[in-house]
Amino acid sequence: MSSAVSNQARPAEAGPARQPVPGPASTGTGTSGAGASGPGPGGRGPATDYSGYPLVGSKHPWRWVGTAAVALGVAAVAWSLATNPRWEWGVVAQWFTAQSVVNGLLETLKLTAISGILGFVLGFILALMRLSASPLLVSVSWTFSWIFRSTPLLVQMLLWYNLGYLYEKISLGIPFTDVRFFEVQTTTLISQFAAAVLGLTLNQAAYSAEIIRGGILSVDQGQLEAAAALGIPAWRRSTRIVLPQAMRAILPTAFNEIIGLVKGTSIVYVLAYSELFYTVQVIYNRTQQVLPLLLVATLWYVVITSVLSVFQYYIERHYSKGAVRTLPLTPLQKARKFFATHAVAPSRARSPR
Amino acid sequence: MSTAAAQTATGTGQTATVTGQTAAESAAAAGVRTEAAAPTRGLVEITKVRKSFGATEVLKGITLTVEPGGVAVIVGPSGSGKSTLLRTINHLEKVDGGHIAIDGTLVGYEVRGRRLHELREKDILKQRTEIGMVFQNFNLFPHLTALENVAEAPVVAQGRSKEEARKRGLELLDRVGLKDRAGAYPRQLSGGQQQRVAIARALALNPKILLFDEPTSALDPELVNEVLDVIRELAKSGTTLIIVTHEMGFARDVADTVVFMDEGQIVEQGSPEQIFANPQEPRTRSFFSKVLEPAFNI
Ligand SMILES: Nc1ncnc2c1ncn2[C@@H]1O[C@H](COP(=O)(O)OP(=O)(O)OP(=O)(O)O)[C@@H](O)[C@H]1O
Ligand SMILES: [Mg+2]
Repeated sequence: MSSAVSNQARPAEAGPARQPVPGPASTGTGTSGAGASGPGPGGRGPATDYSGYPLVGSKHPWRWVGTAAVALGVAAVAWSLATNPRWEWGVVAQWFTAQSVVNGLLETLKLTAISGILGFVLGFILALMRLSASPLLVSVSWTFSWIFRSTPLLVQMLLWYNLGYLYEKISLGIPFTDVRFFEVQTTTLISQFAAAVLGLTLNQAAYSAEIIRGGILSVDQGQLEAAAALGIPAWRRSTRIVLPQAMRAILPTAFNEIIGLVKGTSIVYVLAYSELFYTVQVIYNRTQQVLPLLLVATLWYVVITSVLSVFQYYIERHYSKGAVRTLPLTPLQKARKFFATHAVAPSRARSPR
Repeated sequence: MSTAAAQTATGTGQTATVTGQTAAESAAAAGVRTEAAAPTRGLVEITKVRKSFGATEVLKGITLTVEPGGVAVIVGPSGSGKSTLLRTINHLEKVDGGHIAIDGTLVGYEVRGRRLHELREKDILKQRTEIGMVFQNFNLFPHLTALENVAEAPVVAQGRSKEEARKRGLELLDRVGLKDRAGAYPRQLSGGQQQRVAIARALALNPKILLFDEPTSALDPELVNEVLDVIRELAKSGTTLIIVTHEMGFARDVADTVVFMDEGQIVEQGSPEQIFANPQEPRTRSFFSKVLEPAFNI
């Protein structure tokens, strides 16, 4: 090792006059005197060479104490869940994959996907309207958000379902004239499904509009200016420069919304729409096994949310490219790194090559 | 150098612009581009440009001509409107009065009847590809690598092929000494390196005119010289340069015209020798007496 050789080449350094820890505090006062003349005792000579010493990371004993305490708590909860017979795990297992429950689950997923996608598309349009220079577009967008955010979703849902009472027929034509291209009975158009999608979508659009607008606003104006100065066309400016950067601000809240929507779909039980929650209600009203069946629904919601969280992690990671100096490791990479550093003896892993 | 000699007092500039204005109008009206021989492209004529933000008038009738291939350095106290003037040159900032012409073509407007109509966005964008701009705070796209930053505009604004833009991008990064960092994201680069990428990005469109807003304000002294060399080379290559800077040593080095601005007006302009050694206006003298000393001591 070259460091060891150079250490011996300067025997004066190893003398007892030399302080073992050269720090600014210890040498600072000595410099003013004979310091500049050379590597004399107490002077500011070349620092002692520690390059042969192994490096040891700092220890975090309290982190381990905290980890142990939390682990104990988790174990206790798990134990009580497993051993208390009133949870009736057998009943849970029996219903978890029952055909009716799975059908309900599929309905829930369908509602979430459709109203989530439509809601965010409409929200995107509303956000652009709100950011446009036209006062009319701005106020229409503002009013939309205002109305749909200030009325309970439950009420909206019931209103849509009962639209037939307010308007018997729905027709498409030229406003303020008698020209009608097509006309239909409201009750045939607004099924349970349509009312559910309509209610969830419009409500979702109102919220996601604000999320997307916030994301767009968070992008530095200089970015748009630089792009404009380079002659990059407006559409390309939005899609290539602004949106990818806005996504970083949009994604965490957007996933919050989507996860909220998964469970929010349970509100359509008021329309007797047989999604997951309504289905288990029907079942436990019949079998009187209330808690186990609620547990079935809960577990499914947990599963969906977990899957979404994994997606969220990777999508966010994708959009953090360039925004963070080094990309965070994926869990897989983290695990590999953990085994690479901890599986071998710590002294070997830490010492310099 | 000839530019500097031609215009010493502001009065001369004024008369020069009157002819410039008519030339610009007739050229624009006829739809003809005064595209002369290669070294003569990049004539910038700024005529009586006014700009206000609310009640404050930031530019109070600026008239300035920069000859093709000339290097004009704009100096002046903070808030005097230097950045604003630069931004009007590529129409990032709309003027309230006056006009700017490049090689006889109005920037951002066209003459119809006896009015100046603002051009459509598409045409403005096309004009901007001939005017490169390097910003005070770089404004690199943080989610794109150095090379992607440089290669983006040639593809979407000039319709070059991706491969061609990439090759040219690497060439330009090489020229600013950053070829080996082509794949790095801006946040992984030092401030000085970021500014050099920004210069490469502005060069990628092969502009007639380059606008620099304090290009060296974020560079450490060692890098200033590298950038200076790049800029000198650019000056020789016949690109017109308009540079705003607070670094007087740099200004003296690279300029052939130095323009001193204060409170939205051009107080004085001339060759670096004239302006630095023998300023005529008391306002110029008092400004330089404050800034020059530390700059020249380096
Ligand atoms: N968008 C704006 N809205 C309102 N005022 C503005 C705006 N942009 C610039 N100003 C004002 O215009 C004046 C000139 O600004 P400008 O940025 O051109 O100064 P500058 O000469 O470049 O200064 P510096 O040397 O500090 O960069 C300043 O007083 C500034 O506050
Ligand atoms: Mg400025």
